[in-house]
Amino acid sequence: MTRIAGREKVMSFLNYLISGLSLGSVYAIIALGYTMVYGIAKMLNFAHGDVIMVGGFAVYMSMNALGLNPILAVIVSIIVCTVLGIVIEKVAYKPLRKATPLAVLITAIGVSYFLQNLALLIFGSDAKLFTSVVNIKAISLANGQITITGETIVTIVVCIIIMVVLSLFIKKTKAGQAMLAVSEDKEAAELMGINVNKTISLTFAIGSGLAGIAGALLCSAYPTLTPYTGSMPGIKAFVAAVFGGIGSIPGALIGGLLLGVIENLSKAYISSQMADAIVFSVLIIVLLVKPTGLLGKKISEKV
Amino acid sequence: MAMLEVKDLEVTYGVIKAIKGVSFEVNEGEVISLIGANGAGKTTILHAVSGLLGKAGGTVTYEGQDITAYPAHKIVELGMAHVPEGRRVFAQLSVLENLKLGAYTRKDKKELEDTLQTVYKRFPRLEERKNQMAGTLSGGEQQMLAMGRALMSHPKLILMDEPSMGLSPILVEEIFSIIRDISASGTTVLLVEQNAKKALAIADRAYVLETGNIILSGSAEELINDESVKKAYLGE
Repeated sequence: MTRIAGREKVMSFLNYLISGLSLGSVYAIIALGYTMVYGIAKMLNFAHGDVIMVGGFAVYMSMNALGLNPILAVIVSIIVCTVLGIVIEKVAYKPLRKATPLAVLITAIGVSYFLQNLALLIFGSDAKLFTSVVNIKAISLANGQITITGETIVTIVVCIIIMVVLSLFIKKTKAGQAMLAVSEDKEAAELMGINVNKTISLTFAIGSGLAGIAGALLCSAYPTLTPYTGSMPGIKAFVAAVFGGIGSIPGALIGGLLLGVIENLSKAYISSQMADAIVFSVLIIVLLVKPTGLLGKKISEKV
Repeated sequence: MAMLEVKDLEVTYGVIKAIKGVSFEVNEGEVISLIGANGAGKTTILHAVSGLLGKAGGTVTYEGQDITAYPAHKIVELGMAHVPEGRRVFAQLSVLENLKLGAYTRKDKKELEDTLQTVYKRFPRLEERKNQMAGTLSGGEQQMLAMGRALMSHPKLILMDEPSMGLSPILVEEIFSIIRDISASGTTVLLVEQNAKKALAIADRAYVLETGNIILSGSAEELINDESVKKAYLGE
């Protein structure tokens, strides 16, 4: 009897772990946007979470009002978010390129509220029921004791694809190398003939496009959509980015996955009310022990 | 017509006037040195010429084209490279990646490989360390990388800011002999140096800068024999 109970415990642990990895994959995709923009523009784009919400609404409207199929709806979401990211950068952040970091941070918070309230104005405050973009059936393993939903599979696979493609893009393309150069030394990058402003815009475009994908995946797994949907996942993905080492792309992946797993296991075994508190406590502990985050590089100034 | 003509250049940092109306010119094939003490404005002038800094007044003309308002990345495309003070290599990229970034504006892929080989020939150590992170190189190697990276853009005019700074006497000799080579291969050089002796020895003409003004100019030979230059900059 105890052996069967033990086995059940292991199975339920695996279930929580897998759904934690799925949640973590969404955090990782969002965290990429934070970390890339931070790495290159040295700013925290706190409106990033709300771009996810816009992505969610883009999918919702494409499927419900325009009757598009899920894949097209996600593409619409990517396009809407990419354009939105470029516009936000141009209108709100670019004029502040030489301003203090604090001014940029406050502007980002302003943009965040602006997007939330704009969505409130257009869509109202009541929650919309989101239809999942995933049509894959759940897989059950170990005589049905482990269930992996279609959303989980798609989310994890998409996250892996994004990581691989992004790493190749940065390592192998001229634009990717330019991004690395800009993240290290803007002036020296200019002297190579790199248009730094364009590179920053490109980074915003990529990060926001990823937010469009994240919005679709997030709302598919947690199918209620409000103007505030992006806010908490946005903050948690920011935590994930800092956790992994802000500015580091592998750091965003590891930070995101760990955060998702910690959050899910806390909900399962400790308390679902306390889960967020535990997540943030972990961040505080990591930062106390390693202020640059898990994979963060030490910033050394050579004189 | 001069290759580079700087006229009444003014640069301000906030309310402080760092460069107060400086004029000079660089002719094709020349090595021109700007010498002066720390804080005289040498680096500021180079930054203004290469477009990293905005100008408060005056004009910069390059090959007959008014480039006063051009951003730095556009000026590179015109064939002007700038080796900045302190090398500024991309520490977390490999030597080869740094060199490739130097050729960022070039579209002639075939000739690019030739340029890379020329740079490797001039700096054999860069080839030996091509896969090493630039941050792990020694100061002298980093200087060579910074110069090699600038040469990758195949410049007609190269600006060099304190290339000998922080290097051992042997390396200083080496760097200056490389600058001589670069000049001999047809690239025009505008050099900024605190090491006035070396800078005058290599130059055709030179300008002496003091607190944002050019106070003296002439052939290198004239300046080497000038009593005030001897006293102030050559330590004689």
